[in-house]
Amino acid sequence: MTAASPAAGDRFLLDRRDFSAFLTSIRTAGYRIVGPTVRDGAIVYGDIQAESDLPIGWTERQDAGRYRLERRSDQALFGYVVGPHSWKKYLFPSHERLWTATRDGPTFAVISEPSDPTPLAFLGVRACELAALKITDKVFMGGIPDPSYSARRTRVLRVAVQCGQAGGTCFCVSMGTGPGVTSDYDLSLTEILTEGRHEFLVAVGTEAGGSVLRSVPLRPPTDEADRTVTAIVAHTASSMGRSMDPTGLRDLLLSNPDHPRWERVAKRCLSCTNCTMACPTCFCHTTEEVPSLDAEKTERWRRWDSCFNLEFTKLHATPVRASSSSRYRQWLTHKLGSWHDQFGTSGCVGCGRCITWCPVAIDITEEVAALRVPPPAPTPGGGH
Amino acid sequence: MASDVPSPSPAPSSHPLAPAPYFVRRQTAETGDTNTLVLAPMDGGPVPPALPGQFNMLYVFGVGEAAISLSGDPTDSTQVVHTVRNAGRITAALAQLPPGKAVGVRGPYGRGWPVDAAAGRDVVLMAGGLGLPPLRPVLYHFLSHRAQYGRIEVVYGARTPKDLVYYDQIQEWRQRSDLRFQVTVDAADRSWYGDVGLVTARIPDVRFEPGNTIAFLCGPEIMMKYAARDLEARGIPRSSIWISMERNMKCAVGICGHCQFGPEFVCRDGPVFRYDVVRDWLAAREI
Repeated sequence: MTAASPAAGDRFLLDRRDFSAFLTSIRTAGYRIVGPTVRDGAIVYGDIQAESDLPIGWTERQDAGRYRLERRSDQALFGYVVGPHSWKKYLFPSHERLWTATRDGPTFAVISEPSDPTPLAFLGVRACELAALKITDKVFMGGIPDPSYSARRTRVLRVAVQCGQAGGTCFCVSMGTGPGVTSDYDLSLTEILTEGRHEFLVAVGTEAGGSVLRSVPLRPPTDEADRTVTAIVAHTASSMGRSMDPTGLRDLLLSNPDHPRWERVAKRCLSCTNCTMACPTCFCHTTEEVPSLDAEKTERWRRWDSCFNLEFTKLHATPVRASSSSRYRQWLTHKLGSWHDQFGTSGCVGCGRCITWCPVAIDITEEVAALRVPPPAPTPGGGH
Repeated sequence: MASDVPSPSPAPSSHPLAPAPYFVRRQTAETGDTNTLVLAPMDGGPVPPALPGQFNMLYVFGVGEAAISLSGDPTDSTQVVHTVRNAGRITAALAQLPPGKAVGVRGPYGRGWPVDAAAGRDVVLMAGGLGLPPLRPVLYHFLSHRAQYGRIEVVYGARTPKDLVYYDQIQEWRQRSDLRFQVTVDAADRSWYGDVGLVTARIPDVRFEPGNTIAFLCGPEIMMKYAARDLEARGIPRSSIWISMERNMKCAVGICGHCQFGPEFVCRDGPVFRYDVVRDWLAAREI
């Protein structure tokens, strides 16, 4: 390669055998690489020390309430979609100390939690997840910037991957977030795996992305590779496991607080909070005060919370949303409806995690379809 | 140690969600379970300016935080006043703090009462129970700019005479000729000579010019719902009625998600809302 850094808009081919060199180059640039890895029977996000940490040759089968890892017939590095984790766990950890206070005579002194200065490289960010990052950026950085989220977020390198296949619960096409990676990335990879060829088309999105490619062996892109990549994305787009009509969703949700479907779904919903934990955009959290035993020091922690928890709306010892139906309604109405009012976007990116990880297989796309059916008009005498 | 030894950059000393140390100047009992706390900054500095209707997050070291409305004179920059009902772990801890003890304060937060929109108009304030403390700053404001407003009518209802807050001050207000302050209780024994009944029962007796009146309501949701309905029936447009909402709050800056009320974050978009904006949510169940 030449000494000059590749610039935004540049495209290259990276051979599979040089993928390790690519990872080394990212690490040499000072990043801690995190990405997909197999743990406890699922593909989750963790530290990537070497390419062997990636789920090479693995894929998964997903459906409502179902997730199973399976072996692929090839050695693809990114031959799967998204698992139970999302990148929010790095930017907005599930449990995080915000500040520590110590007694100081009659008063107290508060020290903010210092942020870890190590920049993170997110390896394998899917198109829906890039959209989710944009959404959580609005939540945590749109008003008074949250110090810990902002400190981490501004140092993240987004190495995106265009999905080569769709999962059984994927519906990014419906939500307009994927599967093609078109913006908001530093680098974007597409894995090309055909007979005799295993390579990646690499698109440079930003200067930061280009700078980590400086010492990586790269080739110029070919027309054939471009055609293959276009076909891969088109194939993924045409094989979505789910679909959801997003037309008028905000108004539909906000105008239907009394739809009978809420009671029906509440009969199944366990209020387990899995959907909100797995969702890449759910941001609700609570705070915890953790005093030392001698009461001289105390810590303020932030912990993921969920609108499905009864405690979530507790006011004067009584929850405002006492019924499961009101809590499910809050989650879905917020996610697809009032999110627009609050952040100018839907809160749903079509990743399908809430469907897959629901223990009773509640399917957001099915619920929306049911809510689109107008409730039966009350008929005098109850006749038809 | 040599001065040229590089040191790690110091952590920022203040987090936007970190409380500032204040101390308890005074704590007085209002009722059996409700106290008024007067707090001043430890460093002797002024308190941040606040609008009537805004709230602070009050923090007890090692216990936690609660959102409490400001209830003092908004022009007093030396102290903040909060009237707190002992209703949980944190408010119980607040109630036990003697003068001199530290309290953390962050705020003020939220949108307050639209006092500017009240200029030149008749004003109706309706408070139920602990709805009076969040309305007191607005009453201070009106009385200190008395000439700018028309009639001022206050209706305050409590469960029993023992539950009335600011008892002595209410006696003074009731002596004034430029303010009508009605008090009613839901239930009373023979020692009570005042009105008995819900605050809404006083509405037919409240005097105002419907087309040129603004109403501020604060109290239990059910009280605000029916009071707004009855004021509307007497000719005050929905858009001239304002209510103050209460929800569970953790962050006060619109990121923890707890206080959502329809599309609104009560901490950031409220707690004071124009009634027509939130009427549908107030009418629905478990929003």
